[in-house]
Formats: sequence, structure tokens, C-alpha cells
Amino acid sequence: MIAELGHFSLVLALAMAIIQSTFPIMGAAMGNLTYMSLARPAARLQFLFVSISFGILVYSFLINDFSISYVANNSNTLLPWIYRFSAVWGAHEGSLLLWILILSIWTIAVTYFSHRLPEYFLSRVIGVMGLVSIGFLLFMLFTSNPFERIFPIPLDGADLNPLLQDPGLIIHPPILYMGYVGFSVAFGFAIAALLGGNLDTTWARWSRPWTLLAWIFLTIGIALGSWWAYYELGWGGWWFWDPVENASFMPWLIGTALIHSLAATDKREIFKNWTILLAICAFALSLLGTFLVRSGVITSVHAFATDPTRGIFILALLAIFVGGSLVLYAFRAPSTKSGGKFKLLSRETFLLFNSILFLVAMLTVLLGTIYPLIIEALNLGKLSVGAPYFNAVFVPIMAPLIIFLGLGVLTKWKQDDFSLLLKQLRNLLIASLFIGISIGLIFFENNQLKSIAGIVAALWISTTSLYSLFVKIKNKKNKLAAMRIISRSFYGMLVAHIGFAVCIVGITITSQHSVDIHQRMKIGDVIEFSNYQFHLKDLKAVSGPNYEATEAIVDVIKNESLITTLRSQKRTYTVRNMPMTEAGIDAGFTRDIYMALGEPLDNESWSVRLYHKPFVRWIWLGAILMAIGGLLAVLDKRYRLRILKKKIITINNEAIP
Amino acid sequence: MTSRKKRILIVSFILIGISIAATLILTAFEENLMYFYSPTEIANGEAPKVRAFRIGGLVLTNSVKRNPNDLKVTFVLTDTVNEIKVIYDGILPDLFREGQGIVANGKMKPDNVFVADEVLAKHDENYMPPEVAKALEDAGALNPYQENKVAK
Repeated sequence: MIAELGHFSLVLALAMAIIQSTFPIMGAAMGNLTYMSLARPAARLQFLFVSISFGILVYSFLINDFSISYVANNSNTLLPWIYRFSAVWGAHEGSLLLWILILSIWTIAVTYFSHRLPEYFLSRVIGVMGLVSIGFLLFMLFTSNPFERIFPIPLDGADLNPLLQDPGLIIHPPILYMGYVGFSVAFGFAIAALLGGNLDTTWARWSRPWTLLAWIFLTIGIALGSWWAYYELGWGGWWFWDPVENASFMPWLIGTALIHSLAATDKREIFKNWTILLAICAFALSLLGTFLVRSGVITSVHAFATDPTRGIFILALLAIFVGGSLVLYAFRAPSTKSGGKFKLLSRETFLLFNSILFLVAMLTVLLGTIYPLIIEALNLGKLSVGAPYFNAVFVPIMAPLIIFLGLGVLTKWKQDDFSLLLKQLRNLLIASLFIGISIGLIFFENNQLKSIAGIVAALWISTTSLYSLFVKIKNKKNKLAAMRIISRSFYGMLVAHIGFAVCIVGITITSQHSVDIHQRMKIGDVIEFSNYQFHLKDLKAVSGPNYEATEAIVDVIKNESLITTLRSQKRTYTVRNMPMTEAGIDAGFTRDIYMALGEPLDNESWSVRLYHKPFVRWIWLGAILMAIGGLLAVLDKRYRLRILKKKIITINNEAIP
Repeated sequence: MTSRKKRILIVSFILIGISIAATLILTAFEENLMYFYSPTEIANGEAPKVRAFRIGGLVLTNSVKRNPNDLKVTFVLTDTVNEIKVIYDGILPDLFREGQGIVANGKMKPDNVFVADEVLAKHDENYMPPEVAKALEDAGALNPYQENKVAK
């Protein structure tokens, strides 16, 4: 009974979504305030119904209601409760419901935090988000009902895929979806601006904090996914250019271009059309990502449960949204006038170049991701694009991007003096080169050239960023006071760029200097590896709530002192009879020591993988810094001040009856 | 500089950049395309002699043999019509089992043995790599039961 209630609640949500999109958009076009005023309540009611539906699905998982097919396929009585909870989004139907829930969370957030938006504009934004919601609710009701019953009711469930029974997987999908779906807000703002026809720059200012928030979530979501793959898959890799990783990376690349382009549109009234196009593109890539993950068209570690007819539905949605918005764009964009003029040597130029580089980078990833699908769809054979392609292409695209980043940070808006710029840059460049080369020569014996290139790039980014802070305060008497009045978004930029530099250091050193061996080991064996001794002390049987495991206990010794004791498990999850590796990792600021059990061999020995991975933590540390930078920019006073002012006005208005 | 000249300069920069990128991308792309061949296609001599490619099939029961002292392992892949011997030096994935569908990347050696650099098995015991399913289907070996699994 309760499951049917969940299903019915989804139908009600659909009805609300229809009201939420039709009346406000019509109202905005006709100037009808009554119609427009429906936007907020409809969005809030839609959120209520989606939440009820989601809550019921959670409840069904927690009480093990195996009469629901989705629960029976993805849960089990032995599953710990926290994984029964996260199993809600462990497969297709539930993760789609999560998608819709997050969309409605973003929508009501817009209804609550956009008091300063003109009514007609807000109505359009909410209306467009309602349209997206209609598409996904229809998709769900027609192809992927999570509340479908099965008969006969199984005695126990088929269990959650053991790969997903991990703390990282409890938070990774919701955070990633917050990012994906968050771009629907930027999309809503862009379409609302196009519908209104007045592409002034105010929409860019309004949409900036939202876009930044979505970008922050996406950044953290991708980093979490990478971290999870690193410790859970047992291969010691942190990025595989897997189609599903690419699916999240493409909107990130465009999202990064978008937040920069929005800043330029907001401050200098330029790149208006380009920014709109980027906003549409970011959302289209989010939809494409959903399609790639959920359609079953790709060979991937993520392709758990998939169904081609669903893929066609999402592809149709994608075509409608992208096609529709591009047609609208084609009608409206030519009438836009670009505001600010700028010279060739200006921050605008470098921003534009990097925007284009991000687009090119996205297109190369797109090519490598969907080319195999196209070839297969045309029946021209089966092929795949190897990871070396992405590495070979991506690094050369990032090189000019990094150079332009440093130049752009130091160049002024509008125009700059070439000789002055050169004077500033010369010292920074020499310093970066000198320090980078010294570090490379002193610390690394092999792959020196690549290591130096990476370190110099990181130094270039950090020194130019810090120097731009110095430029701001060098003529001030009280430097501390001067630093205090600099805007938060400036510090946000600084922190995010340094985060990027940290990430580059991590990626460079990890990929150039990680070492690994695959070895046979039995109890008592000692392996010398990368200046460490690994001593396999014991192998013992352990059992968890729903698995049996063999645990290896390994002492890591350096210079005759014990560094750490690693524990790695090979688990067999009993319900699905599926083996899983739990790596033993000693994490450190400058290196990880990583051990994973391979497979049991004859005469009581096991195959073992050992890795020494220098600076691997810096990759995720960099991502965290980027996210913090984004957050600083969101918290900039220029956004908050207006809300505050507005609040005071409303309070005053309310005070007068 | 007039704004017209400036615009021409910017556009030409962008065009040069894009053509360099395109050349680079397409070269790397061409070099890294990995085609898939089934054991039958290899038996028919369709697979490349020098280039790396992908192979897929079922691991033949009782064909997995390990070296006693290191991690070298040999096994036979089959699409139920033709078979091919595979050599691999390393740790096999968790879900590698006899009777299971797997995919391997590597090259053919002149003695008709496939030397794998990488062996992939999917993280779901019911899941069959689509390439393998297709290869089995082409060989006429896919029964409805397995088809069911693939559709999952």
C-alpha cells in the first residue's frame, strides 16, 4: 500500500511540475501576475511530493520490503542499515529519483533565495526548471518506476552490489548529482534571459553564485569518485578515463569555463552570447552524463544495471532540451550587443582563450567517449579508445591554458602595457623555472623533464596568483588593512588557482614516480621494495555482517623501524558470491603506501600488489582547495549585501500594515 | 590597432590553436583505437599482426595454468567455436573465473598466442561484457539464459 502511495506521490509531483512550468512562463510572457505567482507554491509542492516519494522508498529499504522489485534486487536482510539507506540510489530507478529530488531541492532553493529577482524573471527560471522536471518525471513514471511490485515476493533480497557497500559510495552519488543537476539552475537562468530577450548582464550576476555552487559540488563529487576508485578498486589508480568518469568531467570542464565567462559578463558586459552557450552546454553535458551512465551503451565499471530503451528516452530528452534551447538561442543571440571593448593584451583575451581551450579539452574527451558508441551504432565494428589517447591529448591542451592562466591573472581588464607586464612576468617566470628545475634535479632521478614541467607549471600558477595579491597591496601603507578590504571572490580565485597548482603537482609526481610490484607472498616472506621492507606477518580469516574475508597483516619497515602495519582484505560477499578487495593504505602528505591482496595461489601463498605513490593526496587536496575557493567566491559580500538590503526593505514593508 | 585588425588577430590565433589541437587529437586518437576481435575472427586471420587489440570470450574450464614461482598465468579463451591461448603476467581481476566472460588488451605473437597487458572482468557476477556477448552470439552460442543476463 505504502509503495503505491510513493508512486502516486510521483504522479502528483508531475502535476505540480506541469503547473510550475506552464503558468509562470505564460504569465511572464503575458504579464499576468497571478499566473507568475504560481511558480513558488507549485515548486514547493513538487518538492513535497518528491520528498514523500523518496522518503517512502527509503522506508521500504529500511524495513526490507522485498515485495518491491527494486528493493528486492538491491538489498538484503544482512545488509547493514546504512547501506540499505544508500542502496536507495544504488541502481537506476532510485538514482533517478535522487536526481529528481535534487532538482526540486535546487528549485526550492531558488524560490527562497531569489527575493531580489524580478517576478517575471524568477517565474521563467522556475518554469524552465519545471520543464526539466517534467521530462525526468515522465521518464521515471514510464520506464523506471522504483515502486514496482514483484510476485512471488522473494524471501530475501539479491543484495546491493558489494562494490557499492562502502562509505565513499554513500556520499559520492548525491554530491555528484548536486553538481550535475545544479547546472540546471544556470540553464534556467540562461533560458530565462533568452526568453526575456533582454540579454543585459544582470542575469549573469544573478546566476553566478548558483553556478559556482553547482561547480563546487561537481568538483567535490568528482574528487570523491576518484578517491573511492583509488582505495576500493584495488588497482591504485585514481583516474581511468572511464566513460562514466568522463561523463562527469565534461560538464566540469565547461562549468569551469562558464564560471570564468560569467565573471567577465558580469563585470565587463562581454561574452554575453558565449556565456549563454556555455550554460546551455554545461547542462546538456549533464544530461549526456545521465544518458551515458544510465543507458547501458557503454562498457564501464559503472554499467551495473542498464536498459537500452531508457537510453533512447534520455537521448530524446537531450535532443528536446538542447535542440529547443539552441533554436531559442539562434533567434535571440544575434540581437545582443557586446558592451565592453577590450584590447588584445587584456584579461578578457586570456579569459576567452582559456574558455576555448576548455571547450577543446571537453570536445577531445567527448570524441574519445562517444566515438566507440557511434561506430557501434553504425555497425562498423567494436572498438574502444585507450587511456593513452586522453593523456596524450589532454596534457598539451593544458599547457597553454596554464600559461594563459598566469598571464590572465596579472593582466588588467580592458588593456595592459606590454613592457610593464613583461617586467613583472620575467622575474616570476625565472623564479618558477629556477625553483622547478632545482627541485626536479635534486629529488627525482628519472622522468626529470616531465616532473620539472609539472612543477614549473604549478609554480607559475601559484607565483602569478600570489603576485596579483601583492600588486593590490604594494602601494598601501597598512598592508593588513588593505588585505582585509579585498573582496572574498578575489581570495576565492587565489585559493582555487593554488588548488589547481596543488592538483598539478599531485598528478605529475604520482604519475611519473609511482612504483609498484606484483609479487607472490606467503606468511613470513619479506619483500624489499622502494626502500621499504614488507613483512607478511599473518593471514587470518575474518567475517563481517555479510561477507567472509581473508585479512593479510603486513609490517612496513624502513631503516629497521616499523613505519606502519597494513591490513588488506579479500572479501567474499556471501549473497552474490562476489569477491572484493579492501586495500591497506598508509596515507601520508608526501606519499601513500598501498597494498592489495590479489588472489590465493597454490601452497598457501597469495599474489600481492604493492604500491608506493608519492604525492597522490595532493590531487584531492587540490580539488578541496578549488572547492574552498569557489565557496569564498559564493560568500562574496556583493551577493549577500543585496539580500540583506532587500530583507530590510521587506521587513519595513511588513511593518507598515 | 583597429578593432577589425584585433578581431582578425584573435580569430586567427584561435584558428591556429584549433588546427594544432585537431592534428594532435586525431593522431593520438588513431594510435589509440583498440579494435575488438573474437576468437573466430582471429582464427580467420582478421586480427592485426602488429597492432594491439582487444579480445574477448569465455575462459575455458580447466584451462587456467599458473607458474609455480611467479605470477605468469596462461588460459584459453573461447567463443565456443574457436579458441585462443592467452598469456598474462600479473594479478587477475577479482571476478576472473573459469567459465566467465572476460576482455583482454594485448598483442598476438607469431606462435598464435595472445600476450595480454591487461585483463578485465566486470564487477558483477551476472554481467557479460557486451563485446563478449556479441562474439558468442555471432558464434551461435548464446542461449536464452545468457541473453537474459546480458539484457540485465
